[in-house]
Amino acid sequence: MYYDPFVLPFTIGLTALLLFLAVKYIRWIRTFRKSERRKIRKGMFSLKTFRAAGEVFSECLLHRKIYRTNPFLGYMHTCFGLGWFLLIVAGKTESMVYHTSAFNPPYFAIFFRFFHPAKETFPYSETFAFITDLLLLFILSGLFLALAKRFWSRIVGMRKTTKHRPLDLLILTSLWLIFPLRFLAESFTSGLRGGGSFLTNNAGEFFAEFLPLDHLTYPAWWAYSGMLGLFFVLLPFSRYMHIPTEIVYIFLKNWGIRQGTKFNAFSKIQMYACSRCGICIDSCQLNSSLQMDVQPVYFLKKIRHGKEYESLIENCLMCGRCEASCPVGLTHNALRLSKRPDLSRITKNTYSYAKNAAMPAPAKVAYFAGCMGQLTPTVTRSMERILEQAGVSCTYIDKEGGVCCGRPMLLAGNREEAAVMAEKNRAILKASGAEVLVTSCPICLKMFREEYGLQIRIVHHTEYIDELMREGKLKTVPGEQRTVFHNPCELGRGCGVYKAPENILKHVSRKIDTDFDGKKSLCCGGSLANTSIDGRQRNRIAGDAAKAYAAYQPDVLVTACPLCKKTFATASAVPVKDIAEVVAECCRP
Amino acid sequence: MPTLWGYSISAARSIDYDKNDQSFLRRLAHSCPSSKLCIGCGGCTAACSAGNLTEFNIRQLQMLVKRGETRETAEQLHKCMLCGKCLLVCPRGVDTRKMILSMKRFLREHDQ
Ligand code: SF4
Ligand code: SF4
Ligand code: SF4
Ligand code: SF4
Ligand code: SF4
Repeated sequence: MYYDPFVLPFTIGLTALLLFLAVKYIRWIRTFRKSERRKIRKGMFSLKTFRAAGEVFSECLLHRKIYRTNPFLGYMHTCFGLGWFLLIVAGKTESMVYHTSAFNPPYFAIFFRFFHPAKETFPYSETFAFITDLLLLFILSGLFLALAKRFWSRIVGMRKTTKHRPLDLLILTSLWLIFPLRFLAESFTSGLRGGGSFLTNNAGEFFAEFLPLDHLTYPAWWAYSGMLGLFFVLLPFSRYMHIPTEIVYIFLKNWGIRQGTKFNAFSKIQMYACSRCGICIDSCQLNSSLQMDVQPVYFLKKIRHGKEYESLIENCLMCGRCEASCPVGLTHNALRLSKRPDLSRITKNTYSYAKNAAMPAPAKVAYFAGCMGQLTPTVTRSMERILEQAGVSCTYIDKEGGVCCGRPMLLAGNREEAAVMAEKNRAILKASGAEVLVTSCPICLKMFREEYGLQIRIVHHTEYIDELMREGKLKTVPGEQRTVFHNPCELGRGCGVYKAPENILKHVSRKIDTDFDGKKSLCCGGSLANTSIDGRQRNRIAGDAAKAYAAYQPDVLVTACPLCKKTFATASAVPVKDIAEVVAECCRP
Repeated sequence: MPTLWGYSISAARSIDYDKNDQSFLRRLAHSCPSSKLCIGCGGCTAACSAGNLTEFNIRQLQMLVKRGETRETAEQLHKCMLCGKCLLVCPRGVDTRKMILSMKRFLREHDQ
C-alpha cells in the first residue's frame, strides 16, 4: 500500500472542505421555495444540465468572459483554473495507468512522483512526465503574472484591485505557494532519484549541485501537502469560496432559479460566487466619475463580512454596467434591489385619487408618454407627428395627466405601492382597448413588460418607429447630421433593445459607431434608482458621459429616453435630441 | 394677530420656530441637506404627477414639516408616486425624492 504520513494534511483538509461545502449547499437549497426546488429536480435531468456543464467549463476553467475584458487577466485565470484542472486529470490518469486501477486514494495521484520509483517505467510514463511538467510550467507562468499584477496592477490594465483582509492575504499566500512547493518537491525528488521531465528533471540536476537534497526532499513534500491542506481549510472563509460556489450558481441559474425580491439563500450563493476580480469597479461610473467605492464587489463583501453596507444600498444607479461586465454573470440590480426595504403604507385610500385620471378614447394603439415624457413636450410632439404621418390612429392615454408607471417607486423598494399604481394603469389601458402599447420612456417600458402581466404588445417608440419604417408606412428622407447614439440603460441592458435605434439612425442620419454602442453604453447619471447622490454629482457623471460621446465629434447626441435627454441637456456641449425628434425632422409625406 | 405696524400674519401661514415640534425638520435637514435650499417657488407642485390628479402639494408638504404637523404630513405624503418630475424641475437642486423617502422612513419609525 502506498502511504506516508505526509499525505495527511492534504487528505484531512480536502475531506473537511468537501464535508463543509456539502452541508452548506444542501442547507441553502433546502430553504428554497417549493416551486424552485421543483425546477431544480426537473432541470437536473434535462439538456439544461449539459448547457450548465459547458458553461462551467468555459467560465470556471477557461474564463472566457475575463478574456473578453482583458486578455492578460484572462490568461492568468486560465492558468490557474484550466491548468490546475488538467494537472489533476493528467495526474489521475497517470496514476490509473500505473496502478491499472481506478480506485486509488486521491493523494496517490497528487503525490505520484513521491510514490513512484523513478527508474520504473510504465506505458507512456515519459509522456505523462512531460505533460505534467508542461502544465506545471503553465500554472507557474500564471502565478508570475499574478505576482506582477499585485505589484503593478496597471500591467494587466486594471485601475484598481480590491483591498484584502489579513485572512485573505494568508490564503492568497498559501495558494501562491502551492505550485512553487510542488515544483520544488518534484525537482528535489528528481535530483535525488531521477525521473520527471524537461522542467523538474533539469531543475533537479541544477539544485543537486549545491543543495543537500537528501535532507530537503521529504520536508518539501510535507510543505506541499501542508500548503494544500491549509488552502482547503481556509477556502470557505476566503474569497476562494467563489470557486465551488460559482459552479453551484451556474447549475442553479441554468435550471431556472432567479434572484427574487428578497435577499435569500440564492442571494447568498450569488454573494459567495463573486470572485472579487474587480472588473465591476472599472465599469462603474460612480467610480470613474465620483471615485465612490460602491460597486458589487464592495457591496457583496461588506454583506458577507457583516460590515456596514446600508449606505451602499441606495448608492447605485442600477445602470447595469457592472452586471454586463461581471464574468460570473451575477444579477447585481436584483441583488441590490432585494436589500431595499419596502416602506409602503397601503390603505384603501392609497392612490385612490387616480380615478380622477381621464379615461382614454379607444384605439388599437395606445401611446404612454410617461411622467418624464410629459416633461419633454418636444418628444411627445415628435411622436404625434410621426404617428400621424404613418397614419396610425392612436390614443394618448396620459395626455391629460396620468398615473406613474410605478417603476421609480419600485426601484426605491416600495413594491406594494408600485403594485397599486400598476393596477390603476392596467384599468386605464383596458378601457382604451389597445392591442399595442407604445411608450417613449424605457423606464416605463421595463415596468410594463416585467411587472404588469399585460397580454398586449408593449414596445418602445424606437421599436415602433423602426417597424413603421420597415413596413413602408413611415417615409423618411436620409439626414445629413452626424449622430452618436446613447442607448439608455433601461432600454439596452434593461430591455434588450439594441437593433431598432441602430436601424433608425442609419436611415435618418450619418450614425457614427462608438466604443459605447450596445451593451457598453454609458449611464447618463440621471437614474432615479440612486437616491444617495446629489444634483451636482449627477451632473458630473452626465458631463463625463457627454464628453466621452462628444469625442466622436457628432452634430447631435441622440438618446431615446426623456429622462436621459433632460439629464444630458444641462451637461452636454453637443446638442441633445431624442431619436423621435430626429425622425420627425426627416419625415416626408 | 395684530402687530405694532398694523400688519397681520395669518396663523395658517406662519411658522413659529419657537413653539413647533422641530424633530422631523431636523431629521430631514440631516438626511437630506438639500431640502434646506428650497425657496418655495412651487415649480415642483406645478409639475407634480400626483398634483395633476388630486389636491396634493409638495411645496405645502414642506411647509407642514416646518410647522411640525407630522400627522397631517403623513396623511399627505403617501399620495406621492415618487415619479421624480419634481426633482427635474426644481431650480434649486432640492433632492425632492430623497426628501420624500426620508420622510417616509421617519414616519415609519415614528409609527413603531
Ligand atoms: S461582482 Fe463580478 S465583476 Fe465584480 S468582483 Fe465580483 S465577480 Fe468580479
Ligand atoms: S449598477 Fe451601475 S451604478 Fe450600480 S454599481 Fe453597477 S455600474 Fe455602478
Ligand atoms: S417610468 Fe418614469 S417617466 Fe415613465 S411613467 Fe414612470 S416615472 Fe414617469
Ligand atoms: S415625485 Fe411625488 S411629489 Fe414629485 S412630482 Fe412625482 S408625485 Fe409629485
Ligand atoms: S421646485 Fe424646488 S425650490 Fe421650488 S418649491 Fe419645489 S423644492 Fe422648493
